Amino acid sequence: MAKKTDSKKEPLFHVVKRDDMPAGKAWLIRIAAIVFSFLLVGLLSMAITEKSFGETYEIMFSGVFGRLFEGKTTMLWKYLQEIAILLCLALALTPAFKMKFWNCGAEGQALVGGLASIFCMIQFGSSLSYPVLMVVIVVTSILAGAIWGIIPAVFKALFNTNETLFTLMMNYIATQIIAYYVYIEGGGSNVINPVAYGNFPTVGNNDYFVNIVTVAGITVLMYAYLRFSKQGYEISVVGESQNTARYVGINVKKVIIRTMAISGGLCGVAGMLLVAGKDHSINTNLVGGDGFTAILMSWLGQFNPFIMVVMTAIVIFLRLGVAKVADTALLNHSFSEIIVGIVILILVGCEFFIHYSIKFRQSKKEVKA
Amino acid sequence: MTKQPAIELKNITKRFGKVVANKNVNLTAYRGEILSVLGENGSGKTTLMNMISGIYFPDEGHIFIDGKEAVITSPKEAFGYKIGMIHQHFKLVDVFSAAENIVLGIENGKYNLKDSAKEIKKISEQYGFDVDPKKKIYTMSVSEKQTVEIIKVLYRGADILILDEPTAVLTPQETEKLFAILRRMRDDGKCIIIITHKLHEVLSLSDRVSVLRKGEYIGTVNTSETSESELTEMMVGKKIDLNIQRDEPKNTEERLTVNSITCVDKTGTVMLDNVSFSVKSGEILGIAGIAGSGQRELLESIAGLQRLEYGDIFYFDPKTGKKESLRDKNPLQIRQMGVRLSFVPEDRLGMGLVGNMDIVDNMMLRSYSKGHSLFLKRNKPKSLAMKIINDLEVVTPSASTPVRRLSGGNVQKVLVGREISSSPTVLMVAYPVRGLDINSSYMIYNLLNQQKAQGVAIIFVGEDLDVLVELCDRIMVIGSGRVTGVVDARTTTKEEIGLLMTKPKDDGKENGNG
Repeated sequence: MAKKTDSKKEPLFHVVKRDDMPAGKAWLIRIAAIVFSFLLVGLLSMAITEKSFGETYEIMFSGVFGRLFEGKTTMLWKYLQEIAILLCLALALTPAFKMKFWNCGAEGQALVGGLASIFCMIQFGSSLSYPVLMVVIVVTSILAGAIWGIIPAVFKALFNTNETLFTLMMNYIATQIIAYYVYIEGGGSNVINPVAYGNFPTVGNNDYFVNIVTVAGITVLMYAYLRFSKQGYEISVVGESQNTARYVGINVKKVIIRTMAISGGLCGVAGMLLVAGKDHSINTNLVGGDGFTAILMSWLGQFNPFIMVVMTAIVIFLRLGVAKVADTALLNHSFSEIIVGIVILILVGCEFFIHYSIKFRQSKKEVKA
Repeated sequence: MTKQPAIELKNITKRFGKVVANKNVNLTAYRGEILSVLGENGSGKTTLMNMISGIYFPDEGHIFIDGKEAVITSPKEAFGYKIGMIHQHFKLVDVFSAAENIVLGIENGKYNLKDSAKEIKKISEQYGFDVDPKKKIYTMSVSEKQTVEIIKVLYRGADILILDEPTAVLTPQETEKLFAILRRMRDDGKCIIIITHKLHEVLSLSDRVSVLRKGEYIGTVNTSETSESELTEMMVGKKIDLNIQRDEPKNTEERLTVNSITCVDKTGTVMLDNVSFSVKSGEILGIAGIAGSGQRELLESIAGLQRLEYGDIFYFDPKTGKKESLRDKNPLQIRQMGVRLSFVPEDRLGMGLVGNMDIVDNMMLRSYSKGHSLFLKRNKPKSLAMKIINDLEVVTPSASTPVRRLSGGNVQKVLVGREISSSPTVLMVAYPVRGLDINSSYMIYNLLNQQKAQGVAIIFVGEDLDVLVELCDRIMVIGSGRVTGVVDARTTTKEEIGLLMTKPKDDGKENGNG
């Protein structure tokens, strides 16, 4: 059985799990990964667009911030607006994720929220006064998203269905409902023209002010909810161990359903911000995949709302910046998506070096038999 | 005949992060002998054996098999060196038969169950095993499963056998049977290494004892030349009094009565069958039985975590003297009724505590919902955490360390500390010293005795019969979900309890209808 035992060598390296990495050093690794990914982005863009590293970044900055120094700040506001939507979705997913309920339905929950908004804008826009209309829009959008979140939660709580598949399926249903709605409302054109009623107010010169402030508020509230509230504590207990939750008398089913109502409701808010605060219209591509990117943002932010702010800021920066680079080099938008994908992969991958250490073979040999 | 070293370890070191599990361990085991590796929990016994059987790879040091250096990077390679390990937790496929499990995973051999069955029979006869190759694993008792595990490694031709705490789950009678088999294998020239922390087993079984303490190799002695107290001193590093204190129960009165309860699990199997007993204040009622005989279900029924099919549970309030039924109440409702029931479950990090939360947040698991505020108040839990850390000498970097980072003993101190802090009238503990070092174990016994002196009714589910006999006032034995006997702990013997544990049902009917 054992034939070639003598010639065998110690393996070149072996991987060892560790969980004692000091927080500071872990962050150093993450920051190094971010710096590395930015360098890589620059180099890749250089290679493809044949511009210098400096030029590439100049274009990226102009793509994100525009010509700041000429007093026009619209680009910056657009940047913040995109952060706000992605962040809102990431925040919405976080309580569900902390409960280990893998809500992959942010896309659909935001879509039905947006649908509720546009429906109210079109149906009641001319008949209700502005403040009443806004209240109706807010309430129905949150409700719509919440219902879309509660349905899979009820099935999970009662029948232990797989929430990942269930929420994904709910996305398709939402998309089809909106396709149908657009077909009806838009007549033959399949486009709904921007609705003038029920838009969020412009503050100063800025269309997106309400969106940005709303999400800033949600960020702080979510942090407090998860960290200091009794409900947030229950979410953590249920997520860590349902047995412990039962042991202390927490009603697990109730917590699952309540948390998904919050998660779905906040996705509904994101949909509303997109419709009432930005597009004033709707189509099936309203959320544009951000419901899935948000899953990564929540994880990369380690379920901490403030870290998520940083992570979304980085990802949106790359998305807008690289899109500009692609524009100047006459590449299509896929380039930006590829780059963002690579960067996220690096940021996720660096966690390996935080949770594991690699031990290489020691060269010296002592001890003889 | 001179002794042949079968396996030699030289300067083995293994670290997990900052924790040094083994440090410069040197160990030799010979053919034709039984070597005990003795050490407290957390002293690195299992880690060391896992390196021999290819599960871990040592960071430093060398392993020699039959005098030649060996590199073992996987369990498969370990089999190549004829090393077989029998783990504490069995690794068998439940729905397969014994023979199927035994041949599972063997490559370059024809899959022929008939021939295998013959081979298995031969091995069984040679060493005196009693096993039916066609029997399915899920219908087997713990000791039968262990037999299958042992045959599995013998079938693969192992002649160095490592057994990790093999007696932890056996009755005294089954233990004797196992020891007889191990002795026969020794006489056959095999090298047997047994990991244990039970001293009397070491003394009765092994030829030599190697002692580990905190990952370090302390020394090897011949069993015939040593004593229990010398081994304890080597293991703990100081002299220690192994007697458990037991006072007479005082001011006993009825506290909790369980009235013919029956309870069924999800698959319809009867887990508790017509169980009745009562506990008085100021006494410790021990519960003994083979693992999985309904101990967990019994405690969970009282705690409000199991649905009862039949029967009732009554609590006698010490203040009002009122008799209250706990049937169909959840843990929260029980607490709201004013019943001060504390429960230290078997699964500490999976039920009693939340591993990823720090000590402070774990303190408020039971009390967080009090009051109408939407927000948590962390002041009281914080001071409670500090008090428990000080009083019970919990070793932790701080009160904000996640409890899963603590060692087993410290985790248990945190859990028991919290449960006692609510000044219970009934305290249920399941396997409270499992995996604890000797000092922590004795601290837990002392805490239980203190509670007993304060008039708490204590239910103690244990596995170590020596401890049950020394600590408890009465012992109730259960087997297959039924009460098979209640004995006075002061007069009974381990053998009597062992017989009750395996006592067959006397009515002959399957799953009586309560």
